[in-house]
Amino acid sequence: MEILTEVQANPFVQQLSIFVLAVFIGYYVVWSVTPALHTPLMSVTNAISSVIIVGALIAAGPDVTSISKILGIIAIALAGVNIFGGFAVTGRMLAMYKKKK
Amino acid sequence: MSELQVNATAIAYLVSAVLFIMALRGLSSPDSSRKGNVMGILGMFIAITATVLNPEIVSYGWIAGALLFGGGIGFIIARRIAMTAMPQLVAGFHSLVGLAAVLVAGAAFLNPIAFDIADAMGNIFTASKIEMSLGAAIGAITFSGSIIAFLKLQGLMSGTPITLPGRHVINGALALAIVGFIGWFAIDQSISFGPVHIFWALTALSFIIGFLLIIPIGGADMPVVISMLNSYSGWAAAGIGFTLGNDALIVTGALVGSSGAILSYIMCKAMNRSFISVIAGGFGGDDAGPAAGAAEEKPYKQGSAEDAAFILKNAGKVIIVPGYGMAVAQAQHALREMADLLKSEGVDVSYAIHPVAGRMPGHMNVLLAEANVPYDEVFELDDINNEFATADVAYVIGANDVTNPAAKTDTASPIYGMPVLDVEKAKTVLFVKRSLGTGYAGVANELFFRDNTMMLLGDAKKMTEGINKALD
Repeated sequence: MEILTEVQANPFVQQLSIFVLAVFIGYYVVWSVTPALHTPLMSVTNAISSVIIVGALIAAGPDVTSISKILGIIAIALAGVNIFGGFAVTGRMLAMYKKKK
Repeated sequence: MSELQVNATAIAYLVSAVLFIMALRGLSSPDSSRKGNVMGILGMFIAITATVLNPEIVSYGWIAGALLFGGGIGFIIARRIAMTAMPQLVAGFHSLVGLAAVLVAGAAFLNPIAFDIADAMGNIFTASKIEMSLGAAIGAITFSGSIIAFLKLQGLMSGTPITLPGRHVINGALALAIVGFIGWFAIDQSISFGPVHIFWALTALSFIIGFLLIIPIGGADMPVVISMLNSYSGWAAAGIGFTLGNDALIVTGALVGSSGAILSYIMCKAMNRSFISVIAGGFGGDDAGPAAGAAEEKPYKQGSAEDAAFILKNAGKVIIVPGYGMAVAQAQHALREMADLLKSEGVDVSYAIHPVAGRMPGHMNVLLAEANVPYDEVFELDDINNEFATADVAYVIGANDVTNPAAKTDTASPIYGMPVLDVEKAKTVLFVKRSLGTGYAGVANELFFRDNTMMLLGDAKKMTEGINKALD
C-alpha cells in the first residue's frame, strides 16, 4: 500500500479532471436546452451556483467568533437569497409554460 | 471526521452534482423542466445537509438564522417580482453570488485551518492561494459588474454607454495589476501583514475593473452582458470549489460557467457582433431616440387601430413579432387578448421570437407564457422565418432592428449580417411603434416606408387595446 500512495496524483490534478469533464457535460446539456427556456436556465443556474454556500457554512461553523466566521454568516445570508429566490422564481416561471388546450 | 464520514460526505456532494446536471437537462422541454427544478432543489438540500453534518460545524443558530433571513428575502422577492423585471432580478442575483464568493475566499484566507488548506503552521498552500485569489477576483468582478448591469436594467442608471477616454488602457493596466498581485500573493511566504494587503488589494482592483468593464456597454447589449456575468458567477464558484476541494462546487461552477458562455455566444451570434466588440462597449444606447433626422422625410402610411383591426380580421394567417417595446409597455396581456379575438374569427395566429428580443435570453417567451400564450404557438427565428412569405399580416410590436431588411442587403449598415425576421415578406406589415425613430443600433428601418407597411404610431398597449375594441 505504501508504494501505491507514493504515486497518487496531486489532488489538484484530480479536481481539474472533474472540472474539465463537467465543462463538457455543461456544454452538451446546455445546447439541448430549448431557447424558450433560456430565462429559467439563467435563474436556475443562478440558484445552483449558490452551492457556494458550502464554503460559507465551513467558515461560519466554528463556535469561536472571528472575522472569518462573520464573513461566513454574511455569505450564508447572501447565498440564501439566491437559493430560495432562484428556485422559487424559476418554479414560478416554469409553471406558466402551458401547451395549447 | 472519521473516514466513513468523509467518504459519505463526498458521495453526498457527488449526488448533488448529478442532481444539478439533471436540473439543467430537464430544461430541454417545458414539460420536463418542472421536475428538473425539483431535482435542483433536492441537490441543494443534500449539499447543505451533508456540510452541516460535519462535526466541526456547530454554530447551528447563526447558520439557520442567516439562511432563513436571506432565504426569506429571496422568497418574497421571487414571489413579487414582475416578469418584465426578470433581467434586473437575475443581474441582482448574480451580484450576490459574486459577493458570496469574495466573502468565502476571504474567510478561507483568514481561517485556512478550518478549510484544511494550510500546514500545521498556518501557512496556506500555494495552490490554494492561487485558487482563492482567482475565486475572489472573479467573484468581485461578477459583483460590481452585475451591480452596474442591475442599475442600467432597472433604469437607475442611463442605458447609454459611458465611455471614458483611454478606458482600454486603464482596463488593461488593471488586469495586469490583478494578475501580478495574484502571482505575488501566491509566492509571498512572509507571515507578516504583507499577504493580507495583497489579497484585499487584488480584490479591490477586481471590484473596480468589474465596474469599468460594464459601464461602457449600452442597454441593448444587455443580453450578452447578463449571460457573460452568469458565466463569471460560475467560474467564481468553481474557483472557490478548487479552494475547498469540493467536487459539487467544482462541477456546478463548470456547468454554470459553460451555460453562461454558451448563452453569450448565442446572443452575440444573433446580433452578428463579436464578443470582443460587445465587451469593448460603446455601442447603442436606450432605444427609440429620434436620432436619424434625414430619413423621416420619406412618405409612409399611417393607420388607426380600426384600420388595423379590419386588416387583421380579414387575414387568414397572422404572425406576431414581439420585442422589448412590448415589455416596456406591458402589452403582452392585451396582445394575448387580440390573438384570442382573432382566433375566434378563424385566423391562424403564431408568434415569432428573435433571440435578442428583450433584455435577456428567452425574455419574450417568459412574458408570453405569463400572458397565457401556449408555448407551442411561439416559434424561434429559424423555425418560423419561412412562414412570413405565406402570412397575410406580420404584427410587429415593440421590435425594430430585428426586422430591418437592411441587415440582409445593405453592406454599409452597422447591423449588416445580423439574422433578421423576414417580416417584409408578409402581405401586410403592421408596425406598432411610438415614433419613426431608430432602434438601438441607430439605424433607420426602411421597412417603415414600404408600400406594404402600415405604421400604427402610439403606445403598444393602448394601440393593441384599441384594436381589441374595434375587433369586438
